[in-house]
Amino acid sequence: MIKLGVPSKGRLMEETFSWFAGRGVHLKRTDSKREYAGYVKGLQGIELTLLSAGEIPTALNVGRINFGVTGSDLVCEKLPNWDQNLEIVKSLGFGFADLVLSVPRFWIDVDTLDDFDSAAAAFREKHGFRLRIATKYHYLVREFLKSAGVADYQLVDSQGATEGTVKNETAEAIADITSTGETLKANHLKILTDGLIHKSEATLFKSKSAFFGKEQANAESKFLAHILSD
Amino acid sequence: MNEQKRIEIEADRILRLFSNSGGQIVQPAVLQRADTLLDLYGEDIRARAYVTSDPFNGEMMLRPDFTVPIVKAHMTGVTGNETARYAYCGKVFRRQEKNSERASEYLQVGYEIFDRKDVIKSDTDVFCIIKKALGDLPLRVATGDIGILMTAVSSLKTTSSRQKALLRHLWRPQRFLAILEKFTNEASLSTERFDGFQAENSFANQAKEIGLRSKSEIIERIQNLLQDSKEAPISTTELEVINSLLNIGDKCPQALIKLKDLLSDMPALGTAIEKFEKRLSALDNANVDLSSIDFEVSYGRTSMEYYDGFVFGFYSENHINLPPIATGGRYDALTKHIGKGREIPAVGGVVRPDLIIQSKGYEDND
Repeated sequence: MIKLGVPSKGRLMEETFSWFAGRGVHLKRTDSKREYAGYVKGLQGIELTLLSAGEIPTALNVGRINFGVTGSDLVCEKLPNWDQNLEIVKSLGFGFADLVLSVPRFWIDVDTLDDFDSAAAAFREKHGFRLRIATKYHYLVREFLKSAGVADYQLVDSQGATEGTVKNETAEAIADITSTGETLKANHLKILTDGLIHKSEATLFKSKSAFFGKEQANAESKFLAHILSD
Repeated sequence: MNEQKRIEIEADRILRLFSNSGGQIVQPAVLQRADTLLDLYGEDIRARAYVTSDPFNGEMMLRPDFTVPIVKAHMTGVTGNETARYAYCGKVFRRQEKNSERASEYLQVGYEIFDRKDVIKSDTDVFCIIKKALGDLPLRVATGDIGILMTAVSSLKTTSSRQKALLRHLWRPQRFLAILEKFTNEASLSTERFDGFQAENSFANQAKEIGLRSKSEIIERIQNLLQDSKEAPISTTELEVINSLLNIGDKCPQALIKLKDLLSDMPALGTAIEKFEKRLSALDNANVDLSSIDFEVSYGRTSMEYYDGFVFGFYSENHINLPPIATGGRYDALTKHIGKGREIPAVGGVVRPDLIIQSKGYEDND
């Protein structure tokens, strides 16, 4: 058996199911909608595992699953050296989202990272602490700002409703995923012109650390023949 | 004998040498409060240190180095005299996010001098004691002095806000060059986007005012930018001096000649260069072969943020891919920062006994 891990809920799950269905691999959940279990129809030797999208990178990294579908943002965030144990099989053409750095729209003096950095210095001097950026993407944001040479900021953790943190005064700026920008706009925020941190897309990854015997190799080649047919 | 045992014996030998050279032995705690380190290094430290939490003291870090806790103890007077020499030996912990080959915990044996009297002598003492600890290992020695770059920036004929912006990014070479070029170029200093700015009206069509950063802070920054844009750009002569400074990479005696060549374009470098020359002759008097030592003004600029004067690093000649076996330098500003007003010139260095053994092992196998 080879194990395929896919997101266990939401739009990402639905789009993943229909992407595979379009290629003759029918992923099914068990009849009870509440049970996180499923199976594969139309192909032998593959076991379906439903996982939280955020846990799929680690499952692939340690080899608990052979293949997994998740956003590239989550893989890059959780596994700084992701290409040591993972390889990309295919970008799936959905789940597009950009990780971007945003500030209040009324900051008419801040459009670029250069402005952001200098405003951060002034903010620290005035308020006595570093300007706060709310995010759940700590690694990606830190690396991005480091390579851009931005100083005098701090990251504060936000696992949800991140766009609201500025209004709630728990952060001055945010770094979060956006696809249309509508939520940012509704929360009075704008994206810095050079604030694109990562372009994410739903991606099928293969684990290089999972056990692979002869039987698995056969199942894999049938699986890949199906899904890479187009 | 196994490698771990050899490392411990080596560490012991060096600590004894440092203690015999007048270093009072100190043992800072492994767990350090995160706020001091975060305040000093910013968010970047999280990529390099292990963070944990304590129910009473909040966020803590496994000590990523000894210098900060020693300065802290010294500046709060726990250790007594203003003038002091310290020796220590213990593990430091460094997160390796990208390079899993590098050790994430290793022994450091170090020596630090807090002394107001003769900074050149202290620089030389630390350098020679560290050098002695490394014995006859074949080594490449690199030195630098970021104090020269600081002097150059502080003497630029430009506004203090531009000097401040440059000094703030001294340790981030890319950004430093980017702003230096901006300040040299009339077009990029332009504030065209704020043309017709009027404090109240310009916000009229903008979104709601949210968050802690207020409208008045925005107005203040725009007015500062408008004010600053009226000043002439930094001259190309001065830009070239900075670029030449950053490009110096030579053996010490040649580097001194090149530095002196820049004096006519920037006379303010005089005292900094004189200090460099005095240090060279002090090292020469201590029988250090200057013609074999590399010098770069900005050596160690990206990795050693708190150093603000003389810096040095010793590298294995046997095994050129090893990290530096010993490093050190002067950190006067750090004592001021941590001392909250009080300050004392200070310099120190650390040796990694594990790398000495590795370097020797390579030799034995040859």
